[in-house]
Amino acid sequence: MSDLSQNSSSRGAVNSGSMPSMRALLTLLAVLLLAAVPFIVPSMQLLINLALAKGLAVLGVTVLLRAGQVSFGHALFFGISAYAGAFLTASLPGADIILVLIAGVLGAAISGLLVGLFVVRYRGIFFGMLNLAFSMIFWSILEKFYHITGGADGIRLTRPSVLGMALERDSFEAVVFYLSVVLMVGLGWFTLRWFASPVGQIFQTIKTNETRLEYLGLSPKRALLSGYLLSAMLCGVGGSLMAMTQGVVTPEYVWWVRSAEMVFIAVLGGAGSVRGAFIGALIYEIVRVYASAFAGDIWQLLLGSFLLVIILFAPGGIMGIVDGLMGRVSRKQHATAPEDAR
Amino acid sequence: MTALKKPDTARPPLLETRDLLIKFGGVTAANNVTMQIEAGKNLAIIGPNGAGKTTFLNICTGWLKPHKGKVFLEGKDITPLPPRKIVRRGVARAFQIPQLFTEHTALENLLISAAAREGLRNPLQNLHTISQRDEMMHLLDLVHCTDVADRVVVELSEGQRKLIDIAVALALKPRLLLMDEPTSGVASSQKHEVMEILVGALSEAGVTSVFVEHDMGIVERHADEVAVWNAGNVQLRGTPREILEHPDVIRDVIGEEVA
Repeated sequence: MSDLSQNSSSRGAVNSGSMPSMRALLTLLAVLLLAAVPFIVPSMQLLINLALAKGLAVLGVTVLLRAGQVSFGHALFFGISAYAGAFLTASLPGADIILVLIAGVLGAAISGLLVGLFVVRYRGIFFGMLNLAFSMIFWSILEKFYHITGGADGIRLTRPSVLGMALERDSFEAVVFYLSVVLMVGLGWFTLRWFASPVGQIFQTIKTNETRLEYLGLSPKRALLSGYLLSAMLCGVGGSLMAMTQGVVTPEYVWWVRSAEMVFIAVLGGAGSVRGAFIGALIYEIVRVYASAFAGDIWQLLLGSFLLVIILFAPGGIMGIVDGLMGRVSRKQHATAPEDAR
Repeated sequence: MTALKKPDTARPPLLETRDLLIKFGGVTAANNVTMQIEAGKNLAIIGPNGAGKTTFLNICTGWLKPHKGKVFLEGKDITPLPPRKIVRRGVARAFQIPQLFTEHTALENLLISAAAREGLRNPLQNLHTISQRDEMMHLLDLVHCTDVADRVVVELSEGQRKLIDIAVALALKPRLLLMDEPTSGVASSQKHEVMEILVGALSEAGVTSVFVEHDMGIVERHADEVAVWNAGNVQLRGTPREILEHPDVIRDVIGEEVA
């Protein structure tokens, strides 16, 4: 299990090396480029929005990878948040978009706490599979309690209002898009800061030495729970945005494939990398959509091969490759080794 | 023992064990261990391999639960507590095999320890900017590891890791520090110097220490008191001179060390 998280760096965010300015500049450029998508390529707005929603959920999985833990059931929180939003708009038509988001994240946080209290007692394969079990239990509930959940057809999430205004579809999509961009930047920044903070660093020591953690007077379970809660909430944000973008929530939101996809993207982007979560999600979604349009059913084969190449030759993921390139540039400039800050 | 029955008139010992018993299969690793550790001293524990020295430290810090007997810290029963709660009451530990966060730097290991001690919770504060940084740099200096402060622990030598492990424990500002062979892995030419500094720092900070040691030279020079372990119990206790000249010790312990 730890193999997948082998390359996640727990110390990356603490040190600031010679590259931050360059990295910050590239990040800023990428964010501006994303923000300009509705104007440059409006046809891709929806696709990018879905990728950002997924990216936020992947960020949740990434958080856990930093502690050396892999969850194969984090779609649970993605789905709970989506359904919480759908139930809210069903009982309170025209609820505000922020309210829907808060309800979703709250749902994810509460379920994250309940499931977390149980799963933080386990590590490795048991941790991964228990998460999977919880997500599949919730999936069965969604499928079987048809009269409440709409079964396999799911339920509609009617369009929320924005600051009291009922928007048309295009305007609403634009609002959700920019909300997603803002949340990506805000939560991405927060997660980076959290990783570098004492709490985040203590959480990441789960990966290397729980004995010492205990002998520092700290509870390893509680340390893991703190990150687990954060990861569940990030998945919740992603799920809520996805539900508002699609306007319908189905049990597919918590299906195990969705959880596996999150882990896949996290490794693709660079296990443990915040930026990698979003870059991975963008590449994944774009390849998925275009490859499935042009290459029929072999898109999975393409992605699978790509992941194989990444694991074998670039275990740091896409961000690892980017850092390598930037390191080369910076070495040429300063003739010093770069810090591994991601 | 009578003093313990009158806690109001006499101060209880810093750490006390009563009738500790623990068995692993057929081996009795602690055989009714009753002992008192007074504050302000450096107690060395010596004895042959397998005598139960480390087991004693494990029981005192809550890592192992005795099948019988109790552990008291300043008269309060700490036997059922998990290690983290005992640590929070002022008992720190350094290990025979250093227990460090191997992907973090030496300094970060200490900073995390300081953050744990202070209960730092601010999710937006960088670990490197906490106000205890200077104090931790001083601790690194104390154990001669300033030059490797920014090196990831996994890259360091065994000796350096041992010293950082002790520094991590000291960073908690304990009242009692339990160390398991503090100088093993440290170059023999540096052992005495390191112990000198360590003992000095401990007495300056008012920390009582208990250390398991195989090097009799270290014991002789740096311990205030020595307890000899054998077959899961304290066989003898006295000053270093009394103990190291005792024929039983020369036969059972020192003889083995020389061999």
